[in-house]
Amino acid sequence: MHAFQPRNFFKTSVAALAVAVAVPVFAQTTITNVSYDPTREFYREYNAAFDAHWQATKGERVNVRQSHGGSGSQARAVIDGLDADVVTLALAYDVSALHDRADLIPADWQARLPSNSSPYTSTIVLLVRAGNPKNIKDWNDLARDDVEVITPNPKTSGGARWNYLAAWGYGLKKYGSEEAAYEFTKKIYANVPVLDPAARGATNTFVQRRIGDAFIAWENEAFLAVEQLGRGEYEIVVPSVSILAEPPVTIVDRNVDRKGTREVAQAYLEFLYTDEAQRLAGKHFYRPSNPAIGAEFADRFPDVNFFTIDEVFGGWKVAQETHFNDGGVFDRILREINQ
Amino acid sequence: MTTLNPALGSSSPAQTRPSAHAWHRATEEPAWLRRTLIGIALTFLTIFLVLPLTVVLYSAFEQGLRVWYEAIVEPDAAAAIRLTLLVVLVVVPVNLVFGVVAAWAIAKFEFRGKSLLITLIDLPFAISPVVVGLIFVILLGSQGWLGPWLASNEMRIIFAVPGIMLVIAFGTLPFVARELIPLMQQQGKEEEESSLTLGANGWQTFWRVTLPNIKWGLIYGVILCNARAMGEFGAVAVVSGRIRGETNTMPLHIEVLYNEYMFTAAFAVSSLLAALALVTIAVKSFVEWREERARTAQQN
Amino acid sequence: MAIALRQPSVIPGFGITLGFTIFYLGLLIVIPIAGLLLYTLQMSWDDFWRAVSDRQVVASYKLSFGASLIAALINLVFGAIVAWVLVRYRFTGKRIVDALVDLPFAMPTAVAGIALVTLYASTGWVGQYLNVYGIRIAYTQIGVIVALTYIGLPFVVRTVQPVLEDLDKEAEEASAIMGANRFTTIRRVILPALLPALLTGFALAFARALGEYGSVIFISGNLPFRTEITPLLIVAKAEQFDYAGAAAIAAFLLLLLINGLQWWASRRYR
Repeated sequence: MHAFQPRNFFKTSVAALAVAVAVPVFAQTTITNVSYDPTREFYREYNAAFDAHWQATKGERVNVRQSHGGSGSQARAVIDGLDADVVTLALAYDVSALHDRADLIPADWQARLPSNSSPYTSTIVLLVRAGNPKNIKDWNDLARDDVEVITPNPKTSGGARWNYLAAWGYGLKKYGSEEAAYEFTKKIYANVPVLDPAARGATNTFVQRRIGDAFIAWENEAFLAVEQLGRGEYEIVVPSVSILAEPPVTIVDRNVDRKGTREVAQAYLEFLYTDEAQRLAGKHFYRPSNPAIGAEFADRFPDVNFFTIDEVFGGWKVAQETHFNDGGVFDRILREINQ
Repeated sequence: MTTLNPALGSSSPAQTRPSAHAWHRATEEPAWLRRTLIGIALTFLTIFLVLPLTVVLYSAFEQGLRVWYEAIVEPDAAAAIRLTLLVVLVVVPVNLVFGVVAAWAIAKFEFRGKSLLITLIDLPFAISPVVVGLIFVILLGSQGWLGPWLASNEMRIIFAVPGIMLVIAFGTLPFVARELIPLMQQQGKEEEESSLTLGANGWQTFWRVTLPNIKWGLIYGVILCNARAMGEFGAVAVVSGRIRGETNTMPLHIEVLYNEYMFTAAFAVSSLLAALALVTIAVKSFVEWREERARTAQQN
Repeated sequence: MAIALRQPSVIPGFGITLGFTIFYLGLLIVIPIAGLLLYTLQMSWDDFWRAVSDRQVVASYKLSFGASLIAALINLVFGAIVAWVLVRYRFTGKRIVDALVDLPFAMPTAVAGIALVTLYASTGWVGQYLNVYGIRIAYTQIGVIVALTYIGLPFVVRTVQPVLEDLDKEAEEASAIMGANRFTTIRRVILPALLPALLTGFALAFARALGEYGSVIFISGNLPFRTEITPLLIVAKAEQFDYAGAAAIAAFLLLLLINGLQWWASRRYR
């Protein structure tokens, strides 16, 4: 081993610096994608695919900055000035807030891309422990007294709002009245011991801390837990009916026009609908919106008896105002549970 | 620790033994009680301090040094470490200067409204970090009062590095000042006054008289300020925007990793902060020890 | 103006130091906080009152104040014992133990939260043994108290320690000479001398606990009415675009604390 030589060290440093400066051959654009919690793994891979695609067609590199968090809090950050070029959130209500509260996007944003601007869909399923010791088969088992249920707080988590609405929709179909659906949903929430602020925290509570008998989850999160977090430790229970969850995407017009990134941002979202990206979505346990690609994953995604938010609740705006706003139905449920 | 009173020791041996015994009983606790107290203290500290620290370090190195190292040099982690260091390099010196200046004004002069000023300095300490974040979003967010003006001048504060610095500066403002104010009040101003009377100017007096006197409190204040600045979570979470590789500080990055089920990596980055905490503590103990030795040397 | 305000002194720098202090405090502290208070003034009194007195919000005050109080009391008792042991007794490893007390100051709260939940969850290192006896710590109110005890731990120790070191042994000896037994000496001589420091440490630990967020959210169940602390509720309100509600609760807490703080400051720097 030679003694440390300052002069050599200096030379090497200069050389390294020269290389570092010379490396960026391609011009580079940077865009920001503000997304919700469970899309991390998907977008990590998708961003690399899009970068390659853009480089091949335009000869330019795209660096996509990712931001993840609870869907509602991410929307709030964009409204308060977080510089998002595109948002890819958990539900249309949070995206619409960008129009309603800050006029960042036009009112008809959801009609601008195919499939209600939702390139991939998902649904809500139940995750139980291996062997299904509590014999949980459907939504009504969650209302049993001996079952502990994990779900995040619908006031702060987008996924949790889908969970809540899926349970409500089942109650409505099974018991036939709003009152019965209310009592049913209330019973489920009375069984919740931990109410995490965001979806990922709830997964950690169920998987890592082993709290609860059933976890109401995004289908993609449930798959992730089964495949990656603990093989053979969990089982997915597909309920008799569930909600069709459509996480929508849009460009943020005000920001892309100010920054001059509209073209690349638009291309970024449109690329989501290509066969390559649809397959990536399927790989990451999202249901591709393209039926042909969806068919390739038919053995992975069981047929579910879906209802949509428009059919049962009259759209996100009504659902939000009735159920989740302050003084809404969910607040009443919490209040009565804790009487 | 308790020294026997020499007056008692010099009396006749027949009387000494019982009275010394009684004396011990009256100025010291019996051995069983001492042992119990030490036991209670150590158990309490083990449960609340040693165990959490052990968890962090054990989980960080559970899968070996290489996994730990890879977690640290991973680009997003490295960016978070750089950002945290940058923030600390700006915030700590600013609050250090503020602390010294404020302590000088408050300790060396009498003026009206002093207690109000002290209350204001203590205030950040009593405000929940999340409220600090909320305040700055309300003021500077694009829906806030100054937001539109900032946007039209292309100034980004919230969801960018300046916003993170701002909330951390807010939260760590009291640390240096709070250490120095009582210390300087207690030391009074006679030494400075005599130095000035002997012809030194204000700067010289500060450097040669005041600074050596407050050195230890100053270092302690800076250490606390630095630790808090690195670890601030609640306030930063509200104003950061969580852009990976850009506005995620180390504590936020730890949360991100935790939420990506990368527990070992989360604990690896945590172990850096824990190590920093230990270094902080070591420096502090060293300073104290030097101080103590200097004092005893002086006394002898 | 400065001259009219203060008593004459030979020490220079009054104008510039006070000026800078006021400027910096004004920019960083006073204006933002005034902003928050002004923001809540936009609400009508009824809206404000409804926001701060909602049942769920009141339940969170109860938990936040109650858990902070219990945690500060635990720290008062054990902190006093730790300070006593560190100052008065000799044992191996004392210096390390002494240094470790600062750990909660230096360790980031989020790290502490993750570490504590790893320990005390029913699958955790400690939690699994407690779970056998049906004791649950994580995700209960006890978990909140554990986290708040952790973050408040150094305050009592560090305020009591210096006072105990400076405490005149002569008073204890005098008390002993006059025939008091050790217990009486502690109760009548030592405790009164330590009382202001104990109270200060207690108040600091309490105030810090009240606002704590990072460590608690990991270990508390975050259930409204049961394990939801006030800072979390403020965040939840803000996330739902209810800035007015969030600001109202924040301002309400702030006004309570400023009053408490002023009371404390007036005692501390008389």
